[in-house]
Amino acid sequence: MTRMRLRLTFPPHLIQEPIVYRLVKDFDIVINIRRADVKADYGWMALELDGEEAQLERGVKWLKEKGVQVDPIERDVISP
Amino acid sequence: MEKLNGLRCRECGRRYPATPVHVCEFCFGPLEVDYRYDALKRVVTRESITAGPPSMWRYKDLLPIEGDVAVGHHVGFTPLIRARNLADELGCREVWIKNDSVCHPSWSFKDRVVSVAVTKAKEFGFDTVACASTGNLANSVAAHAAEGRLRSYIFIPADLEQGKVLATLVYNPTLVAVHGTYDEVNRLCSEIADKYRWAFVNVNFRPYYSEGSKSYGFEIVEQLGWRTPGHIIVPCAGGSLIAKIWKAIKEFEQLGLIDGPVTTKMHAAQALGCGPIVTMVKNDTDVLVPVRPNTIAKSLAIGNPADGYYAYRTTKESGGFGEHATDEEIVEGMLLLARTEGIFTETAGGVTVAAAKKLIESGVIPRDESIVICVTGNGLKTPDALYDRLEAHVKIKPSLSAFDKALAELKAQTA
Ligand SMILES: Cc1ncc(COP(=O)(O)O)c(C=O)c1O
Ligand SMILES: [Zn+2]
Repeated sequence: MTRMRLRLTFPPHLIQEPIVYRLVKDFDIVINIRRADVKADYGWMALELDGEEAQLERGVKWLKEKGVQVDPIERDVISP
Repeated sequence: MEKLNGLRCRECGRRYPATPVHVCEFCFGPLEVDYRYDALKRVVTRESITAGPPSMWRYKDLLPIEGDVAVGHHVGFTPLIRARNLADELGCREVWIKNDSVCHPSWSFKDRVVSVAVTKAKEFGFDTVACASTGNLANSVAAHAAEGRLRSYIFIPADLEQGKVLATLVYNPTLVAVHGTYDEVNRLCSEIADKYRWAFVNVNFRPYYSEGSKSYGFEIVEQLGWRTPGHIIVPCAGGSLIAKIWKAIKEFEQLGLIDGPVTTKMHAAQALGCGPIVTMVKNDTDVLVPVRPNTIAKSLAIGNPADGYYAYRTTKESGGFGEHATDEEIVEGMLLLARTEGIFTETAGGVTVAAAKKLIESGVIPRDESIVICVTGNGLKTPDALYDRLEAHVKIKPSLSAFDKALAELKAQTA
């Protein structure tokens, strides 16, 4: 099992979609939401994810394809 | 004197001992150093500060260092310059430049944060420091690690130009070029920081590291004669510097070190091509919308700034505002500062000068109030920003008559 801590940022058109539900169901990932701010047209979530490393990577790939911005919880680690 | 209470979560308030951790285990909020101001109040005075060295370490009592300073003994206490020529040009009464383009040793304000982080790393017994960076941070970490005789790992995206890494490589760090998209490299570095017991200066050492920026604010107040200016314009990337300058002012106020009431307004300056914080300020919203950076101001190119919310709060709380600068305006800002004050700043300084000019012209900053413009990096590091903008005016054969002729032509042109 691998653990990941991510911050997801949702664009307006994805707010209504059950993204986190799909992540849990389709990729067999256990999710723990630590902090979130979801408004009518925008939102972000800080989560902890537990799962097989390959499943986590597939889940992250799927999120990105859906248009969710996926960052580490620290956000920009690369500093100019 | 025990001066630290430890760390405190900025979101939920949970307390942690002062160890190398950076996020709250409960809410994933960022941790911040918590000081015992009641104890500090008894020892920190104007006299105790002015008796200290001519460096940022004169404020050591207000920095999270408990032992001796290990590296960067000469960082900070950079000039605060009364910029009369620039003031004339901008039509203002009182303009100051806080000039960290000459910050020792690596020519940007990053030396302030890195010297604290590396000293703290030694204090905690680490033998390796690290960062992921494309510019100023990498220069500074490699330099301070060399001085502290620590191993250093610097991660960079593999497509970074060679010229950019020279000023880092020279200090002999281990440079790791990572192939991949920005996002992939970014996430990998977060995972590396999580896995290895290294002092990743802007990740697990971030609570200590970021405190170093307060020294920039302390210096402004002390150098103005223990008073605060009407306005401070700060270049923002991650958004930490602007929040820490404000924190510095608040700490000095709390310790009774400032003459008169604090009326300073903090203004955020960013490039139009990467300005998520200024966008929050202009739209008056605490929702940060991440962006894909596209600007010549590479040192401010952070698309999803960790301290974006706190930077926004700083402008709100102080009654300040913010302004974007286009690439063209950034170059004009660099040239304006060089032409009027003889200071060659990098693009980040161009952003601040340009933003200041726009805030003054739009009336947000009244022309009769005192203004401090933050110049945080050196122009010699990023000459490429100006390559196609500048060329020699006069080219001549090596003869006196050729020069006489050219000079006459020049005079005729400018007459
Ligand atoms: C020259 C320069 N000025 C300003 C900043 C902005 O600082 P912060 O990331 O704390 O907002 C940076 C770096 O990030 C920088 O390199
Ligand atoms: Zn918390």
